[in-house]
Amino acid sequence: MITLVDYDAGNTYNLQKAFAYLGVETNLTDDQDELLASEAIVLPGVGAFQSAMTVLKAKKLDTTLQKAATAGIPLLGICLGMQLLFDTSSEYGITEGLHLIPGNIIELPAKKGFKIPQMGWNQNNLLQPDSEFSLLEDEYTYFVHSYYAKCDPKYVVSEVEYSVNVPAVVQNKNVFGMQFHPEKSGHIGLEILKTFKERVVVK
Amino acid sequence: MLAKRIIPCLDIDDNRVKKGVNFVNLSDVGDPAVIAAEYERQGADELVFLDITATNQKRSTMIDVVENVSRQVFMPLTVGGGIRDVQDMQKLLKAGADKISLNSAAVANPQLIQAGAQKFGNQCIVVAIDVKKDQKTGQKMVYTHGGKQSTELDAIEWAKTAVTLGAGELLITSMDKDGTKSGFDLELYQEMAAAVDVPIIASGGAGKITDFIDVFKKAPVDGALAASVFHFGELTIPQVKGKLAAAGVNVR
Repeated sequence: MITLVDYDAGNTYNLQKAFAYLGVETNLTDDQDELLASEAIVLPGVGAFQSAMTVLKAKKLDTTLQKAATAGIPLLGICLGMQLLFDTSSEYGITEGLHLIPGNIIELPAKKGFKIPQMGWNQNNLLQPDSEFSLLEDEYTYFVHSYYAKCDPKYVVSEVEYSVNVPAVVQNKNVFGMQFHPEKSGHIGLEILKTFKERVVVK
Repeated sequence: MLAKRIIPCLDIDDNRVKKGVNFVNLSDVGDPAVIAAEYERQGADELVFLDITATNQKRSTMIDVVENVSRQVFMPLTVGGGIRDVQDMQKLLKAGADKISLNSAAVANPQLIQAGAQKFGNQCIVVAIDVKKDQKTGQKMVYTHGGKQSTELDAIEWAKTAVTLGAGELLITSMDKDGTKSGFDLELYQEMAAAVDVPIIASGGAGKITDFIDVFKKAPVDGALAASVFHFGELTIPQVKGKLAAAGVNVR
C-alpha cells in the first residue's frame, strides 16, 4: 500500500482524495514500522520548511524516511515535501533537509513581472525523455511556491520557466519530488499519480 | 511561462448552484459537483465558490459542498462568503478548499487577513474587493455585503492595506461593470496592478471574447473571473482560450 506521511502537512486530504478517485488505497500514518513496510511513501507538505523539518524530527521521521530511501522504497515528495528531500533550505535561516537529493532550496528571485509566490499553471519542459514521467512534456501543472530547488540538472526530470528555470520534477534513483501539486493539476495530475503507482511502485 | 487563468464563479445557496446553469449535457444543473466537473472538462483553471446562503443555519452546508466537489474535481478551489474567523477557514481548507476569499469580514476586521495568512500562508488568503466609482468625486470606493453597503474606504488604499496584512491575491469586482457585459474595467485594473504586487483577478463586465483579450493585453491581471457568460453557455472556456492564444496571451 502507498503510505502518506502524517505530520500535519496541509495538502494530505486532497492527495488522499486524488488517490481514492484513482482507486488507489492509501494509509495516512506517522508510524515508523508502517512506513518502512510500505510499498511506497508519499511526503506531502504545504507551509514553511523549518517548521516541517521540526515536526519530522520530533516524530523521528527524518531518519525513517532516510532508511526507507536507502532500502529502495519509492518515495515521492510533493511541493514542500519535495523541497524537504534536498540538503538545505534558506527559508528563515539555513535549515537542514533530508539529504536525499543533492541541492539547496532558495528563494525565487524578485523580478518585475514575476510575482512571488508563483501561483498558477505553468508549462513543463521535459529534460529527461526516458523518465517514467515523460507524459508531462509540454503539459501545464499547478504551482504554489516561493522557494525552488537549485541542483545539478542531472536530477531534474522536468522544469518550468519563471524568471529562472524551476525544477518541476526531480529524481535521484528511487526518490522523486514534484514542486507542483498533482492533486490540483486536473487530468494530467491524476495521470501522474497513476503513473507513480503503476510504473514506479510496481518495479 | 505561467498561464493566465480563466475562472468561473459559482454562487451557492443552501447546497445548490443559485443561478441555473444552461449546459444541455448536464444531468443536474444545480449540483455544484456536476457543474464543477463540467468546468474542469472545459479547461477552467480554477473555480470560485461564493456562499450566498442567507441564513446561518444553512451555513455549514458549504463545507459539505467543498468536501463533495474536491472528491471529484482536482483543480484549485477558492471559497468565499460568510467566513468570520480562522476556525471557519480551517474547516473549509480541511474540506478541500485551497484558498479562502474574504470580503465584508476583512473590512470589518482587517486583522482577520493577518490571522489567516499567519496560520495558512499568504497564498491561501484572497481578499475580494467590490469597487464602485463615486459619481461626484470619481474616487473608487469599497462596498461590502454583496455591494449593498457603502464604506469610507478608498479601493486602492484598501487593496494596499490588505496586501500588507498578508493577502496573497486580490479578487477585484467592478460594480460599475458587473452585469453590463460591456467589458472589464481596464482603468481600475491598471491602477490596482500599479499599486500592489500580488496576483489580481479581474471580475465584472465579461460579455464577449474580446473583453478577455482586452483585460489581459491592457492590464497586468493574472486571471479573469466570469459567471453568467459561462453558465448560460454564451461563451465556452475553450472558445475564450482559443482566441486568447491566437491573440498571443499565454493560456493553458
